[in-house]
Amino acid sequence: MPDLPKKKVGLISCSGEEMPEGTVTRRAVRRVLDTLRPDDTVTLCLPLFLAGGEGERAFARYYPTIAVDGCEKRCAALATEKYSAKPAASIIVTKIANKRSCGKMGTARRLNAEGLRLADEVAGKIADETDRLLKKRQKGVLRKVGGGKS
Amino acid sequence: MKRKIPVVPCSGIGKSLGAAAREAAYILAEDLRPDEAKVVALSLLVMGDEDTRREVAGGEAVAIDGCKLECATKGLASSGAFKVHKVAVFEVVKRHRGLKPEGLCDLNEDGLKLARATADEAAKIVDNSSGEGSHA
Repeated sequence: MPDLPKKKVGLISCSGEEMPEGTVTRRAVRRVLDTLRPDDTVTLCLPLFLAGGEGERAFARYYPTIAVDGCEKRCAALATEKYSAKPAASIIVTKIANKRSCGKMGTARRLNAEGLRLADEVAGKIADETDRLLKKRQKGVLRKVGGGKS
Repeated sequence: MKRKIPVVPCSGIGKSLGAAAREAAYILAEDLRPDEAKVVALSLLVMGDEDTRREVAGGEAVAIDGCKLECATKGLASSGAFKVHKVAVFEVVKRHRGLKPEGLCDLNEDGLKLARATADEAAKIVDNSSGEGSHA
């Protein structure tokens, strides 16, 4: 049997450097890549993707992706759809923050404790979506990450 | 009113030099030259956000890139900036050979020193820029 490449999920964070929500996207994606689902995920660099990185674009054409955006402008989701294919899942930090009545999350440069908790919660949602896309069942393990209200 | 010069850092999340580029942009815009520089998000710029493009078009701007792919420089160049000043963290680190930057979300001490050295170089550029643009 041929040695087929393992199916992975590509994570694309908007990175929005102007706003704390952008920092939340970066931290959440890193947490999934490094700790929660290191074997199941890879990151796609948004600017490289936009600058014509063929490797990034090809990956997103053939593998499922999760766009993680800081705000409703949805740069990561729109870019992925424009240059490759519609993301399999889309997560918007401001929506999650509003749903849990999140207070001030710090600055783009330094998240405060609330911002760090929000990043953990977003990371949990990314991991859940990753499992769903890879049809894995790991319920109960991540839903309470960050202690967020769900 | 003097126009604040847009500073666009690398958006990468996979290398510590990218994190240093971002930290350098914050040091520049918040600590060193808060009245002369402001951080602009690369993703908004390259996705064609009108307000962001208006800030950049026709004026000088500073790109702080983490790696040789120079996404920030390319993003600014394709967004109508009149002049793009490049600051390359991968070059700055060569001038500070003792530093071993590590960390992707949170830089280690050497990473922060590298960010500060990068910001110092960018501050000199800001000081020497005309501060003028078509949308001053």
